[in-house]
Amino acid sequence: MNALPAFRAPRWAPLAALLTTGVLLTACGSGDDPGSGSNRPKSGGTLTFAVGSDVGCVDPQQVGSNESIYSVRQTVDSLTDQDPSTGKIVPWLARSWDINADATEFTFHLRSGVTFSDGSQLTAQVVKDNFDAVPKLGALGVLAQGYLSGVKSTTAVDPLTVKVTFKEPNAQFLQATSTHSLGIESSPSVKKTPQQKCSDGVIGSGPFVLRQYVQNQSITLAKRTGYDWGSSLWSKKGEAYLDKLVFKVIPEAGVRAGSLQSGQVDAISSVGKANEAALGGGQVTLLRRANPGVAFGLGVNNSRPLLKDVKVRQAILAAIDRKQIADTVFPTGTQPATSVLAHTTPDYTDLSSDLAFDAAKAKSLLEAAGWKAGSDGIRAKDGKRLSLTISWFPNAATNQPALELVQQQLKAVGIDVVLKQRQVSQFATTLQGGDFDLVWSNVTRSDPDILRTSFSSRLANFYRLPATSLDTALSGQAATTDTAKREQLVDEVQKLIVQNAYNVPVVELQTQLAVSKKVHSLDFDSGSRIQLHDTWIG
Amino acid sequence: MRRYVIKRLAQAVGVLWAAYTVSFLVLNWLPGDPVTAMAGAGMDSGDVDPARLAALRHEYGFDKPVLVQYADYLGRAVRGDFGDSVATGRPVTSTLADALPQTLQLTSAALLLAVLLGGGLAVLATYTARRWLRQLLLSLPPLGVSVPTFWVGLLLVETFSFRLHWFPAFGNDGLKGLVLPALTLAVPTGAQVAQVLAKSLLTALDQAYAETARAKGADRWRVHLRHALRNASLPALTVVGLLVGQLIAGSVVVETVFSRDGLGRVTAAAVTAQDIPVVQGVVAFGALIFVTTNLVIDLVYPLLDPRIVVASGRRAALA
Repeated sequence: MNALPAFRAPRWAPLAALLTTGVLLTACGSGDDPGSGSNRPKSGGTLTFAVGSDVGCVDPQQVGSNESIYSVRQTVDSLTDQDPSTGKIVPWLARSWDINADATEFTFHLRSGVTFSDGSQLTAQVVKDNFDAVPKLGALGVLAQGYLSGVKSTTAVDPLTVKVTFKEPNAQFLQATSTHSLGIESSPSVKKTPQQKCSDGVIGSGPFVLRQYVQNQSITLAKRTGYDWGSSLWSKKGEAYLDKLVFKVIPEAGVRAGSLQSGQVDAISSVGKANEAALGGGQVTLLRRANPGVAFGLGVNNSRPLLKDVKVRQAILAAIDRKQIADTVFPTGTQPATSVLAHTTPDYTDLSSDLAFDAAKAKSLLEAAGWKAGSDGIRAKDGKRLSLTISWFPNAATNQPALELVQQQLKAVGIDVVLKQRQVSQFATTLQGGDFDLVWSNVTRSDPDILRTSFSSRLANFYRLPATSLDTALSGQAATTDTAKREQLVDEVQKLIVQNAYNVPVVELQTQLAVSKKVHSLDFDSGSRIQLHDTWIG
Repeated sequence: MRRYVIKRLAQAVGVLWAAYTVSFLVLNWLPGDPVTAMAGAGMDSGDVDPARLAALRHEYGFDKPVLVQYADYLGRAVRGDFGDSVATGRPVTSTLADALPQTLQLTSAALLLAVLLGGGLAVLATYTARRWLRQLLLSLPPLGVSVPTFWVGLLLVETFSFRLHWFPAFGNDGLKGLVLPALTLAVPTGAQVAQVLAKSLLTALDQAYAETARAKGADRWRVHLRHALRNASLPALTVVGLLVGQLIAGSVVVETVFSRDGLGRVTAAAVTAQDIPVVQGVVAFGALIFVTTNLVIDLVYPLLDPRIVVASGRRAALA
């Protein structure tokens, strides 16, 4: 981010940032860098991490911005964890779980001996208290509420067994329990008001404890001594290596980069293309991972007369040179979209051949649909020009340059595009009102159920899709716990969306961090956020 | 003198009310809805329960008619209550009260530097007999006014923090952390002080009384500082009043570049989040500081130049 932070709207990045899965795209500081001190992990030390913004809240259940999640995530544990490389859900606070056949009942068997940092015990009742309170979190807790929407009841079956029952099949809930949004807090914390939790923080059972929060300045965490119930994915057993974590808020990207280069901080977030060169020099490693979920692209208003024609939609799909956009505008390593889902999402299907750039195909599709090129190169039919608007929101610095390229590429096949900038806060109303042709957006979540939320004609249906067999497949994947069957349905969904061009995927959003070479094992989690339990300095 | 004071006070209150009203109208007229914004601007808005939004809207009073909201807000604002931040739920007054000391520290340090550096530059430029030096010194203020604060800040950080390691690049910690941001903010401000003061010093030195003083045998420094500077400082003082407003506005940029907490950061965040109560509070508060400064300056004028108050004598002005 430069003057325009890549993700400055606190509660927007969030949006853009639900949970996830994935694969590290580059070498990350994984403890085996040659020539940088000892290769043996060691305990102690302070990690200073500079983030770009502070949303003014330190409650994991309420924050949605990556910049805040990086820190507060370390203070709570979740029932489950999700393997970033396979998308598989694995034990954490829950030793095991049972799900009934239609995915309406989830029973978790908790680990014994887990304590919160105030000394109180983790019990089924505490989990129940958490899940009962989440729906009352108010506006800031939207993410957590969404995961629990349609919940009928949560019951403590015995001291270490808790059962969550939904009114409808809800297969995504298992992955939701791995997110920071459903991180478990102590009962006294849960009873506080959302505002108190935001400003004072919460008591969790995580590997780090909140020591101090100074709004817009810093969040300081200290190691929880005696911690012994880490996620099954972590390599170190027991306590974390680091004694202290200090998250500094540094809004200006150039200052973040310079602070890292000059050794004033050990790691920074939100590294844009513009900062990559400044960070070359050898003492810094860039860490990258695509955000799972719906890739950045053009949401199509499928009810608009021009866009009701599948040939026009498919022409747009074929006219976009995704690689050019990814290479020109986005940070190094950003991948062109190869499906409506980013490749780090579980059950992703590679549809790159359907998304290949083919201007000739785009032109012939438009010809076939009766759109003839006029004197200015823009096509027309029955006296009407082929002109569309793309609504966009200034939530990322890359949006405008990316869309200007899209505009040029579409013009090359005879489609006129008008870019319409709107305010970030108008996003929901724009979608609800339907006053758009195409809208530039993405959603980060590491469960394919995000496709149902986005594209089912039975839900909000912001993209005005007609009721088709797509709905059946979407409901089907939400109602099955059979992984093979779910994968096959999600595969079908992606093909239906891409082949009918209900959505025009363009690039995968990538999270890019920069860390000093002396920092080891700073790893991405499935949501392309970080876990710092295994991180050490040496 | 009493009439003068009352008139100035009434004007100050009028400005405050107007600032508050205009900001209220503009914020209400702008498209967008703070409640939807706080509910996450909608990437996942399929999950936002409309009833929940309505309840929040009610809770914050956004469902009432605009005039009723205005009367409510104004009534409470007069009593010093600006409601709660939509983004954090904290009372606006305590949010501002927490940020204020940081910004006051920054702006007063910057103002002090601006007056010292700008004033010093003007005095030196007008005092020197060397033409080329005068030209050189006088060419600095236009430069200082025209370079972007943002760029100055980055340049200073790059040089004095990243390269020389003399000062920290970020944070509110102590005097060391204050130097670079205050200097950054002082550049445009000091340049303006220098411009105005140099101009009026040159004018003053051409006046008859300067000639008289010289004729009476006063040396150049004495004429320059005792006689000319005293007379020339009135226009410069007026500028300082305006500069306070600029300093507060400039704090948005400087606090962002130097990652300092303060009113500027609070403002930037509130605008991004469409946090209407906080933005209102900031506007009212900024107006209050601006108005107070100018009120003080208005009341100081008669002390420097008694001709400003025609009606009554100097004792009343002091009372």
